[in-house]
Amino acid sequence: MAENLLELSGVHTHIAQYHILQGVEFAVPRGELTMLLGRNGAGKTTTLRTILGLWRASAGTIRFESADITQRETPDIANLGIAYVPESMGIFAGLTVQENLVLAARNGAPAGERLERIFRFFPPIKTFWHLPAGLLSGGQKQMLAISRAIVEPRKLILIDEPTKGLAPAIINNLIEAFAELKQTDTTILMVEQNFHAARSLGDSVAVMDSGRIVHTGRMAELAANEALQTKLLGLSLETHQ
Amino acid sequence: MIASLLSADFPRSRILAVALLAVFAGLALAPFLFPGTRPLDVAAKVCVFILLVASYDLLLGYTGIVSFAHTMFFGIGGYGVAIALSRMEVGWGAIAVGTAAAVLLSLALSFLIGLFSLRVKAIFFAMITLAVASFFAILASQLSNVTGGEDGITFRVPELLRPAYRVLEQPLLGVTVGGRFVTYYLVFGASLVLFVALLRVVNSPFGRVLQAIRENEFRAEALGYRIVVYRTLANCLGALVATLAGVLYALWLRYTGPNTTLDFAIMIDILLMVVIGGMGTMYGAVIGATIFVVAQNYLQEAMKAVSGALKGVPVLPDLFHPDRWLLWFGVLFVLSVYYFPAGIVGQLRARAALKK
Repeated sequence: MAENLLELSGVHTHIAQYHILQGVEFAVPRGELTMLLGRNGAGKTTTLRTILGLWRASAGTIRFESADITQRETPDIANLGIAYVPESMGIFAGLTVQENLVLAARNGAPAGERLERIFRFFPPIKTFWHLPAGLLSGGQKQMLAISRAIVEPRKLILIDEPTKGLAPAIINNLIEAFAELKQTDTTILMVEQNFHAARSLGDSVAVMDSGRIVHTGRMAELAANEALQTKLLGLSLETHQ
Repeated sequence: MIASLLSADFPRSRILAVALLAVFAGLALAPFLFPGTRPLDVAAKVCVFILLVASYDLLLGYTGIVSFAHTMFFGIGGYGVAIALSRMEVGWGAIAVGTAAAVLLSLALSFLIGLFSLRVKAIFFAMITLAVASFFAILASQLSNVTGGEDGITFRVPELLRPAYRVLEQPLLGVTVGGRFVTYYLVFGASLVLFVALLRVVNSPFGRVLQAIRENEFRAEALGYRIVVYRTLANCLGALVATLAGVLYALWLRYTGPNTTLDFAIMIDILLMVVIGGMGTMYGAVIGATIFVVAQNYLQEAMKAVSGALKGVPVLPDLFHPDRWLLWFGVLFVLSVYYFPAGIVGQLRARAALKK
């Protein structure tokens, strides 16, 4: 079993008077793609935001490379090498595609092999290099948001529902890009509702319900066990495409 | 050369490029093109306000900070140089001391305001700046032994800048080259250099982070940028340039008082100039300040001419009577906001982009 890059233990998060995360406990093994599954409102997005410090954990600890990052400020956490691709695509609409990528590249303007790879994954990024990002289509915005996360080597990428609302052709394109990204030993924690994407990409899986982790294990095991899927997610993942 | 001067931030619209060139040429050659005291006064005011409005655009347009304390920094610059020149031996040394003291005070104040209040929501920040600016305006009017109170301070400037001073015995192309001529080019040159510097700032990596913060604070933070640090720096930079604009304006007027620098009406004017010109464009400051200041100074006369020409026609001469100039000034603004919702520069750029 690979060593854990990220570990959450007993993490609680309150948003106003609501107790959203109620003792979240799971680990993200280094070099793997971990899928975070669960029904709507289970607390998946809150978990990602809490890891990044955008919501503050009210109890518990979050360890990244064994260091406690629970009370650190968001910019500090990001600078440890954690990138975040929010569900709302998180691009800067008024800036050009190029400027969006330059902002994310903290060690000088993006160039060379990494940029070539982004262009290869997502050709529209090259085509619309000088266009304000707000004018891109939904799929292209998602491509830009993901490009921003991989423009520099990161230790951990948090991705929230990358395929939400996208056309099947674009989803396949994204899955191929993630599959290639996995070859580079990048650790990824991904929230995903599309089971086709989840099954083909995930190495390990954590399932949430009502602010708690109710199952952790290998993705292949969950994919093979329909009864477990029905028990955990209330429906067969096969039908949830 | 031009690309590097403009930091590769081109007008991106032919009409805008022509307008900017016209304003530049008009200001650069103002003493030759528009002889007389009043036109030169207007030209100098345009230079100073372009700078002041551009520094405000850095805050409002690029960083999304709504501050009402900008005229306070403008006033600090004016009072700094006025107090130094009226209390010390008149000379360049006094100007340097006054400017340095004003810049230091502005930086300290903007740093404190930024650090304490940029964490709060935009509306509260705006209220805090309003309170500090009002406090400062009251202070300036009450501390009359230092600031001259409501009367302000009239001061003497170094000999080279005095109207009576002659650099050349003979007029150059029909224009007297004296103290006013030198002062005008000092104001024009300094404004130009500082404007180009601001253009460089907004097009630098720092400027891009400011725009990212304006668009979405959380996303910028998630990329690892400390937004309070960037906002505070932007606040200090805006204050610094506003202070220097205040110094230039005071040197041109040889006077500083509450009505020329600290008045809240000036703050409103700056806001209007930014909005009319186009927020977050820098060039909007050039267009907005020029139209506004020229209209403020010449609308009355234009209306006098129109009113005279319409003599004998019922109602119309009264409608265009010079006393009604503020009414037409207001109508002009309503129309410009209606037809140019993204500001003149924003709209021209959008039109040019659509044509491509």
